[in-house]
Amino acid sequence: MVEPRIIPRVVIVGAGPAGTRAAEACVQAGVRPIVLDEGRRDGGQIYRRQPDNFTRPYAKLYGSEAGRAQALHETFDGLKGAVDYRPETLVWNIAGGHIWTASQTYADTLPFDALLLCTGATDRLMPVKGWQFAGSYSLGGAQVALKSQAVSIGHKVVFMGSGPLLYLVASQYVEAGANVVAVLDTAHYSARIKALPDLLAVPSVLWNGVALTMKLKRAGVAVHNGIKPLEIKGNADSGVSGVRFRTGAGAEQEIICDAVAMGHHLRPETQLADLARCAFAFDPGTRQWLPKRDGDGRSSVAGVYLAGDGAKILGARSAEASGRLAALAALGDLGLPVDKGEMASLRGDVGTYAKFARGLAKAFPWPSEQASQLPDDAILCRCEGVTAGDLRGVMRETGAKEANRAKAFSRVGMGRCQGRYCGLAAAELIAAEAGVPVEQVGRLRGQAPVKPLTIAIGEEQ
Amino acid sequence: MSAASDVIIVGGGLMGSSAALFLRGHGLSVTLLETDLIGRQASGTNFGNVRRQGRPIHQLPLANRAIAIWRQSRELLGADVEYLQSGHIRVCYRERPELVGSMEDYAAKAREEGLELELLSGNALRDKFPFFGPDVLAGSYSATDGHANPRLAAPAFARAAARLGAVIHENTKIVDAQKVGEDFIVTAVDGRTFRAPILLVTAGAWGNALSSQFGEPVPITPKGPNMSVTEPVPYGILPAIGVMTPIEEETVYFRQVARGNIVLGGSTRGPSFPDQYRAYVEPQNTLSQLKHIRRLAPSLGKLNIIRVWSGIEGYMPDSQPVMGPSATTSGLYYAFGFSGSGFQIGPGVGETMAEVIAKGATDIPIAPYRIERFATPT
Amino acid sequence: MSRFVRLGETDRPAITVHVDGAPVEALEGDTLMVALLSQGGVLRQSEFGPEKRAGFCLMGACQDCWVWTESGDRLRACSTLAASGQRILTSQPGASWSNHA
Repeated sequence: MVEPRIIPRVVIVGAGPAGTRAAEACVQAGVRPIVLDEGRRDGGQIYRRQPDNFTRPYAKLYGSEAGRAQALHETFDGLKGAVDYRPETLVWNIAGGHIWTASQTYADTLPFDALLLCTGATDRLMPVKGWQFAGSYSLGGAQVALKSQAVSIGHKVVFMGSGPLLYLVASQYVEAGANVVAVLDTAHYSARIKALPDLLAVPSVLWNGVALTMKLKRAGVAVHNGIKPLEIKGNADSGVSGVRFRTGAGAEQEIICDAVAMGHHLRPETQLADLARCAFAFDPGTRQWLPKRDGDGRSSVAGVYLAGDGAKILGARSAEASGRLAALAALGDLGLPVDKGEMASLRGDVGTYAKFARGLAKAFPWPSEQASQLPDDAILCRCEGVTAGDLRGVMRETGAKEANRAKAFSRVGMGRCQGRYCGLAAAELIAAEAGVPVEQVGRLRGQAPVKPLTIAIGEEQ
Repeated sequence: MSAASDVIIVGGGLMGSSAALFLRGHGLSVTLLETDLIGRQASGTNFGNVRRQGRPIHQLPLANRAIAIWRQSRELLGADVEYLQSGHIRVCYRERPELVGSMEDYAAKAREEGLELELLSGNALRDKFPFFGPDVLAGSYSATDGHANPRLAAPAFARAAARLGAVIHENTKIVDAQKVGEDFIVTAVDGRTFRAPILLVTAGAWGNALSSQFGEPVPITPKGPNMSVTEPVPYGILPAIGVMTPIEEETVYFRQVARGNIVLGGSTRGPSFPDQYRAYVEPQNTLSQLKHIRRLAPSLGKLNIIRVWSGIEGYMPDSQPVMGPSATTSGLYYAFGFSGSGFQIGPGVGETMAEVIAKGATDIPIAPYRIERFATPT
Repeated sequence: MSRFVRLGETDRPAITVHVDGAPVEALEGDTLMVALLSQGGVLRQSEFGPEKRAGFCLMGACQDCWVWTESGDRLRACSTLAASGQRILTSQPGASWSNHA
């Protein structure tokens, strides 16, 4: 007689804040999860760990979040014997209750009873004319350079965009001794005042943000609010040479620099949820399509759970709570005993962070109108070199006004990054051009592989 | 009140779109009805082979008609569908030497239909096309075949048809078609009706749903092509390449587009779901495709794929389409079930069906595709 | 001129990576991207525009920083550690499949 399988097969994708706390909850319940992560080390992006032979202390790396970062890393280190941890492993597809992984050329297939997608976020980008020049980086990329490699992205760095990360990374750069020339925020200061009631949901984070701005100003960094980016100036061979923008007061200004860190807060990495066939819904607050989930993290697909910034951008603190909550939900659904009281309390925490996140969205709004104002000669899709004018021309010629259709005809979003960095702006441009709400443009369908997959996959097996 | 025209076409793929264009050329008014958007499924997701070699000899006149249209597509359509007449090579592997004889036999018969093929040994092939692996035994090279971009082709035909006055309704799912008196009444899911004395069904994998309404059910199986594409690399591979083998899993092919990406296709086809309008790439099929691509062209193993896709194709048990007039109903015509091999002949199918409808006859042999071959004896 | 500026952690052992045939000094623990951009300004030529590229996201998402090894393998510079003796090319080595010549 075959023994019934009493140990459920739990797979966690991502070893950041959500994945770590999910793994911890599994281990506490006596389950040994498989934890898959693309990174060489755990921690995810926000609490990214530096290489082994680097020596900077936590306080220097993570500032006000040093305690949380250290606690998270220590938790994961403590779990290593109790989880099947597979770093540098890409989950490239999901089908039929299995996930498909690649590590270099090694291919594997893992069945699961519960799959927790803790896939994290990447920067949300609004293209600016000239952003294809060498020396333009995403804000998150600028932070990774410093945190995990102790380098600045340039000799004279401008931070341009909006969102809490803009001030955080700029002040981290100042603190580390980098030459920060300016912080150019597209959000008006008044937006922050209006958002205060929501931001007060998590006062400590609010005050951290205020302190960052003060620190930048004390360091002599020019901080402009309510700006409109006009152009990243540069040269095809040598890269970025400056930025041109309009100040909040309407004057045109130019700043000389050799690097620009740009971004407008974050967007969730939802490709795996899409491949797992989770239902999506349009979220008007962030103007993004997000996988649907219930208050505990259950997706529309049985056995698939979503947590952390990979489901919706609510921040690292929320990710720790939602990761644990989704794991408890999964364990409960698998018939294991879970503490209902703790789940209720975690739900409350996530709700508080959600209020704060609404505040952030109001304080640092996504400047959707900039997409429609992109000049025709501005590159919209960096991978394929498609300009805003190319896309407008294709729309005029073909009548395409749906995201995937416009992609098929213009190649916008068809390149290596699969539309991660141009997709949201392209949708805004299409919506404005077609005169329809952005939700009517739809969303780019996720297509495997989630990241490039070598043709040599499986060669030596 | 129904919208009326001379011809209703149900199904806005390459067959329906090109038929609409050529019917306008005959002066007939046309209404083209498409469930979703033009060319989204089989027509838009296939490999893009504009390949005559390998088709049944009886199909070569149709393929020749089609190639003439592809060659003038830019002028005809006023759009670039990335047609490149850059050659096509069909190869076989060492363990199947008997296929060399089949290639020679095919080449002799194809020559009589105007298709010149050159047989090359494995070493001769590798001299000329150094990407071929050591297992390649021989190949048949067609200099006048090539490839085009399926994402662009059917929509370009539809736009050209619309410019000539064809009326095109996208997002129009047809739920009923009947002949009432002299006219067909076609009803959309939202209640709109369309009326015409002639009905052409070019509905691909959905063809059987309509032919059944006229007492002509056919055994059509929906499947999906197994497609991948690499990142862009310097352009260097001109011909489209395919493997001749009786084993489906080994049947892989690739082509490089002028921008540099290499499109990979073949190995096991995946499932597709016409009712849900979805097709999925099975991950194991991607892996088997890549494995067989490595055998065919080992140097491609250094590259990455960046995207996979599929679509909904209709397959007939004999791999031949249903094409021609209905056997039960006058004024009713079919062109569907192209079994994963319709892209190259597509424009020729459109022109031929337009001719059959407008003139009542064609010189192109289409008898092998008649729908009666699936009729159950009564 | 270098693009990246080292702000610390410079006590690590030095290693040498070869880029397009020329030796490049790097430090153990550098990613390939940091190794290359601490000495030079760019990583590769864009396929579809006149400009050179130097990566963008540094977290393996944008795929803008792929380089080649001399044996023709592809490496993502932001997520691959530099190693002594690596021989990197910033453009595709002699395409062995080409039939263009």
